[in-house]
Amino acid sequence: MNLNQLQPPTAPHSLSANSVSRIMLTVLATLVPATTFGFWLYGWPALFLWIITVLAALLGEAACLKLAGNNALPTLSDGSALVTGWLLALSLPPWAPWWIGAVGGLFATMLAKQVFGGLGYNLFNPAMVARVFLLISFPVQMTVWIAPMPITSAAAPGFHDGLLIFLGNIPKPDAIASASLLGFAKTELSRGTDLLHSLVGSAYGISLAGARAGSLGETASLLIAAGGLVLLTLRIIAWHIPVSMIAGIAIPALVANAIDPARYLDVTSHLLSGGAMLGAFYIATDYVTSPNSKAGQLVFGFGCGFLTYVIRTWGGYPEGVAFAVLVLNACTPVIDRYLKPRILGRNWRGAPLDPAVERAKS
Amino acid sequence: MNTREIIKNGLWDQNIVFSQLLGMCPTMAVTTSGTNGLGMGLATTVVLVGANILISSIRDFVSPQVRIPVYIVVIATLVTLVDMSLNAWMHDLYRVLGLFIALIVVNCAVLGRAESFASRSTVLASALDGLCMGLGFTVALTGIGLIRELIGMGTLFNQASLLLGPRFAFLEMKVFPDYGGVLMMVLPPAGFLVLGLLLATKRLVERRAAASVTSGAAALAVENATGCH
Repeated sequence: MNLNQLQPPTAPHSLSANSVSRIMLTVLATLVPATTFGFWLYGWPALFLWIITVLAALLGEAACLKLAGNNALPTLSDGSALVTGWLLALSLPPWAPWWIGAVGGLFATMLAKQVFGGLGYNLFNPAMVARVFLLISFPVQMTVWIAPMPITSAAAPGFHDGLLIFLGNIPKPDAIASASLLGFAKTELSRGTDLLHSLVGSAYGISLAGARAGSLGETASLLIAAGGLVLLTLRIIAWHIPVSMIAGIAIPALVANAIDPARYLDVTSHLLSGGAMLGAFYIATDYVTSPNSKAGQLVFGFGCGFLTYVIRTWGGYPEGVAFAVLVLNACTPVIDRYLKPRILGRNWRGAPLDPAVERAKS
Repeated sequence: MNTREIIKNGLWDQNIVFSQLLGMCPTMAVTTSGTNGLGMGLATTVVLVGANILISSIRDFVSPQVRIPVYIVVIATLVTLVDMSLNAWMHDLYRVLGLFIALIVVNCAVLGRAESFASRSTVLASALDGLCMGLGFTVALTGIGLIRELIGMGTLFNQASLLLGPRFAFLEMKVFPDYGGVLMMVLPPAGFLVLGLLLATKRLVERRAAASVTSGAAALAVENATGCH
């Protein structure tokens, strides 16, 4: 069949330059500053980990497409697997061994995406499925954080040492192993030290510049948020999910912190720690796994944020963005069922509008 | 139905796990290791053979209206016997499988065979059907268990001597020394993952086999019943 026959000949259809690959490439471009900052902060091992995660994600996608008998190149070049691998890499501990990135990347595109039929069919955000799989399977490797040591500093491992760390050949010196802010707060609380004492004078105070232990994309929260704002202004994402997700974390944090600051972390720490910013702007806003209607997106975002707060505060894990997003991904069909967009010419209940009344209104 | 067909149905064509998708509860729950899968499979096989023989021999006396309660009572009695025997003679295995042994009563596969085969076949054919279906189930459970155990813990047939006696300790293998383990593989989600991948593999094998048969009509249709739990 001639492809032109498929294109509707006349208005009301308008064509724009938007396409999957353009959207994905824009998303990647906005991630570049935060990622580069992460490389600078954590050095060569982080760069190697990022490379292998992205390559594994692409490889997994290509292998599945080949197995299905399709041509891999057109789908690979739409950039969605690249985004998945990149987001996954940003959520990993920067000095994790190579196989963490490799297994995670393959898992993300093969078992969380292509098994369902590829882009647009997956129920869950592939990067977060892979992260949760890694976190549950390899709890030790996934929770070893290192104190930042900029690549230019003397203590930072060079190219060769970085490669050895990446290959898992030399154990990480204990002196540089560190806990993320959320993990530290949780441990101290469980030991009975309240936050007012444990956080004062320690190196765990929140640092806006991001110089603290965390995953590759965690510490550059402000750069991530800036990238997200660019996406907002380019109208690649809508404001509903980011704003409601941030509100979902901030409101309970504000209330709880006001009630008992010794027991509950403050709002800034919550918003700038873990995957909050990455989740709000890049992960929860995934078109495929979030609801269609604006009202649905508000519910979805708030649910992600609130659940994140609940898991962080009362759950067994110090960080909960990935779990929260997956749970809300599962709720998306339900949200879509109850919060449908209004059909043109009908009211919210689906009954036809009365032309006479509408004319009188306008 | 001839003998060959019964054997082939039980082991491959209508395999309880891979084709009928019945008995999903034990398939997900106890396949954390090869040994557990083997133990569960053998216990189910015993029940299947016993239930098929008993139900086939009373099939002429049971009226259609009361058949389901009668079948369930027969199956429950057999399961209770297996449960008590395991508790008495293989107590260590019983402590691992305990809850799931009692649940064989509600394994659809057992009632399914009673309903669809034993209630309309001779005693001998029913016994063979029960045995082959049970062995097919055992192979499936053991296979899933071995894959999960190998990736999850780097061992094969861990604690096999508990099930089969000390003489079978040679089965126990530590394949990867110094293996950190993949915790997810011994948790329930991996049961779904491994089962799904094996199902896909079985379909692939069947499709290849069907394609190699030149006459399309002779290609075996892959019939699948829907799972019940």
